[in-house]
Amino acid sequence: MKLLKLVRDDTNIDFLKWRGWAFAISLVLMAASVGLVATKGLNFGVDFIGGQMIRATFTQSATAPVTELRETVGSLGYGDPTIQRFGAENQVSIRMKLPEGADKNPELANAMAEKITSKLKADHPDVRIDGVDSVSGKVSEELFGKGVLALLAAMAGVSIYIWFRFEWQFGVGAIWSLVHDVTLTFGLFSLTGWEFDLNIIAALLTIIGYSLNDTVVIYDRIRENLMKFRKMEMASLLNLSVNETLSRTVMTSVSISLPLIVLVLFGPDVIFGFSMAMAFGIVVGTYSSIYQAAPILIWLKVGSHSFVPTDEGTGSKAERIGADFGAQP
Amino acid sequence: MLDFPRWRIWMLNTLIVVGMAFAIPSLLPASMRAQLAQFVPTPTINLGLDLAGGSHILLEADTSQLAEARLEALEDSVRTAMRRANPQIAIADVSRSEGELSFNVTDMSKVDAAREVILPLISNATGTRDWNIGVNNGNRIILSPASSGDETALDQAMDTAKDVIDRRINALGTLEPTIIRQGDNRIVVQVPGLDDPEALKALIGKTAKLEFKLVDEQADPDQTAQGKARVGSQVLPYPDNPTGLPYIAVRRLGGISGDKLVKADPTFDPQTNEPAVTIQFDSEGGQRFARMTQQNVNKLFAIVLDGQVISAPQIREPIFGGVSQISGSFTTESANALSISLRSGALPVDLTIVEERSVGPDLGADSIRRGVLAAVIGTTAILVLMFLVYGRFGMYANVALIVNVLMILGVMSFANATLTLPGIAGFVLTIGAAVDANVLINERIREELKRGRRVVQAIEFGYKEASRAIFDANSTNVIAAVLLFIFGSGPIRGFAVVLMIGIVTSVFTAVTITRMWVSLWVKRTRPTDLTI
Repeated sequence: MKLLKLVRDDTNIDFLKWRGWAFAISLVLMAASVGLVATKGLNFGVDFIGGQMIRATFTQSATAPVTELRETVGSLGYGDPTIQRFGAENQVSIRMKLPEGADKNPELANAMAEKITSKLKADHPDVRIDGVDSVSGKVSEELFGKGVLALLAAMAGVSIYIWFRFEWQFGVGAIWSLVHDVTLTFGLFSLTGWEFDLNIIAALLTIIGYSLNDTVVIYDRIRENLMKFRKMEMASLLNLSVNETLSRTVMTSVSISLPLIVLVLFGPDVIFGFSMAMAFGIVVGTYSSIYQAAPILIWLKVGSHSFVPTDEGTGSKAERIGADFGAQP
Repeated sequence: MLDFPRWRIWMLNTLIVVGMAFAIPSLLPASMRAQLAQFVPTPTINLGLDLAGGSHILLEADTSQLAEARLEALEDSVRTAMRRANPQIAIADVSRSEGELSFNVTDMSKVDAAREVILPLISNATGTRDWNIGVNNGNRIILSPASSGDETALDQAMDTAKDVIDRRINALGTLEPTIIRQGDNRIVVQVPGLDDPEALKALIGKTAKLEFKLVDEQADPDQTAQGKARVGSQVLPYPDNPTGLPYIAVRRLGGISGDKLVKADPTFDPQTNEPAVTIQFDSEGGQRFARMTQQNVNKLFAIVLDGQVISAPQIREPIFGGVSQISGSFTTESANALSISLRSGALPVDLTIVEERSVGPDLGADSIRRGVLAAVIGTTAILVLMFLVYGRFGMYANVALIVNVLMILGVMSFANATLTLPGIAGFVLTIGAAVDANVLINERIREELKRGRRVVQAIEFGYKEASRAIFDANSTNVIAAVLLFIFGSGPIRGFAVVLMIGIVTSVFTAVTITRMWVSLWVKRTRPTDLTI
């Protein structure tokens, strides 16, 4: 049987040639993302800013009457709603600030939800209320704090691991590429105005996990080659390592993209933003492993002196752990 | 590396079969699962509310109010104890302020006796004190809360509150609620399948503290209207007051509380035919109620619920037997709700809803249907691609992947874990990592073959060299998962749990199990040539 090859055997692309450009472009994109988040901000869901969100589907209509809703809900005396379509054209989320004093008296929040939903039902008999979320200011602050803390802890934790398993330069490279991926994803959400809620934090964590996985595979090969080719110039060595692992990189990225593409196209509308974030993250994560995590090692002066293959050296330790863990010789 | 002793093969196969067997109940339709449950235990995966639809309510206790209630209870018990002491100890100038209770012992020489009376009241079972006791100016006793006492009190109150909520929701019928304490002063209530939580909220949010107090009939209505009461009285809201004034003055002391009930049922008032609630005290409560009614015939007493008077009937005759009827402006529903609340006891603390989420069952069902569809299409695509690219070794990886998915489901069922939307993200990441492990191994075998190694050696090297990267990649994921579990909140934790389970099973299936299959194949066929 003739097997499919996604990458030709003799592939030898000079990835590192464009490292300066890639770095410059990444810096510009990161700066743009930070700028966007600082000026335009993120479209936080009620998870993070508190308030009430009502999700509704207009089952008999092709599109939801957003403009009309903005007016009718706005006229109920609870302030202006934020109304957004999500997923299908006939589904909307209506977000409101909680009425004054609702922290003490939840009846007020109930009354608001009740008033809005009954108004919707009166105006549109085909409306289906899919869910109501009320989050108090106190809880949303906690959720936000915990989400950010979890994100930072995960990034710091894995970078420290990489530092111990490889060298400090690799740890720096890993955390840099993670910061890169996360920043660009924030930028994407600011640019598109997609709702940023707790699920997106989970997506970011997945991106971190995936991007790191990619980085580790390339780093592992770089370490191996550093011990094997002690005279090779660093840029060529990185190129060699990236090329050697390229068919794996392509194969894995394609495999993991398949379910994500399907999720974006056919998945539940509620997780559209979530699926998009992950799909975006796979692309950015793969790119950053090759163009951020690897070249940074040149600038941080990693060379053959970094790994000395003695019996007690880092390299053999790594192999020993590998052997215990999987393959007994 | 390719040498697998027979016992090891048996052990691995057993693990696979057992792991997958646990997934079976979760995959069966509910009706078949019910049939199966008659013969064997059927642990299943719970679907999170975002997938199954339902209500999630987060309640927070008002701790300041708890301290106030403790102080009030302390004052009560101190007064009673002093009165019952033999000989009686007279106290005066009782004040509650800034969390402290203080009073004068009228007779200086009885201060020590008073201390002796108080000590058992403020000590708890563990030997520490809930309150610190001090004496000022020779005869003023001051009781201030000890911090351990506050914590214990909160802890006990929250446990009780949890039980009370549990009893109340169970009274509603067939719901299957999950009620758990969270942090120091919170309780999470999750009820799957309930998308309109109004009735539920009305039920669990009510403190349901019932009191019977004597009406202060000497009170000046004008003063009462302004919220002013005489010494020893207090003004309470009374929305249904027949006089039209929405307030009423009641005596602070001499009432009894309604926490000593054995029964509470909705009924109809035989005279007016309106909905009402009958209550029955336990024997102690019944005696106290009898005494109170006996001493106050022809007076009015107020029935107070959560600080609000619901009615103030006249005591026509002493009530013995401990059965009484509460009427007010009830509807059938509110009479029913009140009897449930009373039956299940009062909440020891006031609870406020700080977070509430409800997901309609349609949306949840839609999420599952489309989520499953996407998962099936996506996984199938991976399986096809793996086979096209790696042939036989791709098939090994594919079977391992399917085993992996079933084992994750199995472990989750066994642990009764909850699958949420972020959990699905964890699933995707895990499957990605599992596929990647096999890709790494197979690519390495290809490379080693290209370098001119013989088949068996290339396979050995492939597994050995790839293991290092697989180990590092999975270790970082473990670290991330553990940190997420520690620092994350609800949904993020759901992600972390799936990730942790998935890492273990995927390394097991993608590395160990495929290696076993490959080695059995190598042993059987002794291949000299390998297409990969």
